[in-house]
Amino acid sequence: MWEILLSLPVLGLALMLQLAMVGRVNLLFGSADLPMLILIAWGLQERVRWAWVWGLLGGLLVGYVSGLAWYVPLLGYLGAVGLAQSLRRRIWQAPFLAMFLVTLTSTLWMHGLSFISLRLAGNPLLLGDSFDLITLPSVFLNLALGVLIYPLIRDLAAWLYPSEVEA
Amino acid sequence: MKRLTPRSLQTVIIVLIAVGLVLMALGGYFNVATRQAGRAAVSAQAWLSQRYLALVDFLTVPRDLISLRRENAQLRAEVARLQGQIVQLQQQVTETEILAALVNFARTNPESDYRMANVIGRDPSPFLHYVIIDVGSSQGIRPGMPVVTEQGLVGRVEAVAAEAARVRLITDPASQVNVRLQGSETEALLIGSITGELSLEMIPQDVTVQAGDVVLTSGLGGGYPPNLLVGQVVTVRKFDYELFQQAVIQPTVDFSRLYYVLVITNFRPVDISPLVPSP
Repeated sequence: MWEILLSLPVLGLALMLQLAMVGRVNLLFGSADLPMLILIAWGLQERVRWAWVWGLLGGLLVGYVSGLAWYVPLLGYLGAVGLAQSLRRRIWQAPFLAMFLVTLTSTLWMHGLSFISLRLAGNPLLLGDSFDLITLPSVFLNLALGVLIYPLIRDLAAWLYPSEVEA
Repeated sequence: MKRLTPRSLQTVIIVLIAVGLVLMALGGYFNVATRQAGRAAVSAQAWLSQRYLALVDFLTVPRDLISLRRENAQLRAEVARLQGQIVQLQQQVTETEILAALVNFARTNPESDYRMANVIGRDPSPFLHYVIIDVGSSQGIRPGMPVVTEQGLVGRVEAVAAEAARVRLITDPASQVNVRLQGSETEALLIGSITGELSLEMIPQDVTVQAGDVVLTSGLGGGYPPNLLVGQVVTVRKFDYELFQQAVIQPTVDFSRLYYVLVITNFRPVDISPLVPSP
């Protein structure tokens, strides 16, 4: 239960860092998504439970703050966590590969959802420009930041779920 | 006559010798001897003094090293503290300059009421050009209020929470602002883009638009008050086969360095949506 309570300060801090710092570091017009990377890294940890609750809370938090429709971050983050959890047993011997794979897929998923919802809301976005100028740079930034985030979250999970010492 | 006693004779002889020696010294007979003796005495004194000082140094330097190290550490801490203060003061000077410019803007535009706000973040989605400010409904902020700096128009409040608000920048792809060109008094529509580039649409073909023309809000549509500075025309794109001209606008506001803004609190946007015919 207390790992659910821990999600609030962790995701809250991640969101604050995203708004104040990470969102301002742009490559072309893309930026990294720190809450999503934390959720992915958390979902990839072997002993972690309640990862979907983290995804739910993260999605609601970002949906509340962002100008995107509230369901876009919610669906995007739940999808990212779901993919991470489904892959963690299959590529468990190569966690960084799993992190890269889920980050790549989740960024495309999240940006696809954002693009569709904004177009439906009447925002005149162009698919080619959005992909070239926002999505591809964001993928690159997310992959780069994911390398830093994964060990941190792995240590956090190891602290929360210490492995049993064999006699 | 009384005879001299041996004691008196001894005294007389000593006095005579002393007077003789004094007279010889005054006569310069002892110069060489006194110079040599003085030199030897000074050398001895110097040697003794140096040894004494060396001994004092030897006895006191270790204690001085410790005190010097302590003093050095204190001075280093002092230097670090002062350097921190310098950085802080430089930051305060920058902030003061910005705030002074905002106050100056508010004074020169007294027709509006302003509320100063800090920009505390950007929207998490890179698709949206929104910023988050640190004033909200508790400070009287309402959706639709225009946001400016001393440089010009920034955007409009889009959503409000108790202590924060989200501002849609005029560079947002979904942003549309009714503007006019100051020279020709022509109405046009300012549109943002995902790259943050501003373009002017719906300029009639018969209007002459030149680079450098100033763009101001027109007030049409009721979304923004009139005569807020927006930018300058950079390039014009005009083709005979198109209905309208287009122009690229250089905004006066530097959106990458947006730290403080002013919300115009006495402006109430007009909702014209009921007047727009539904398809």
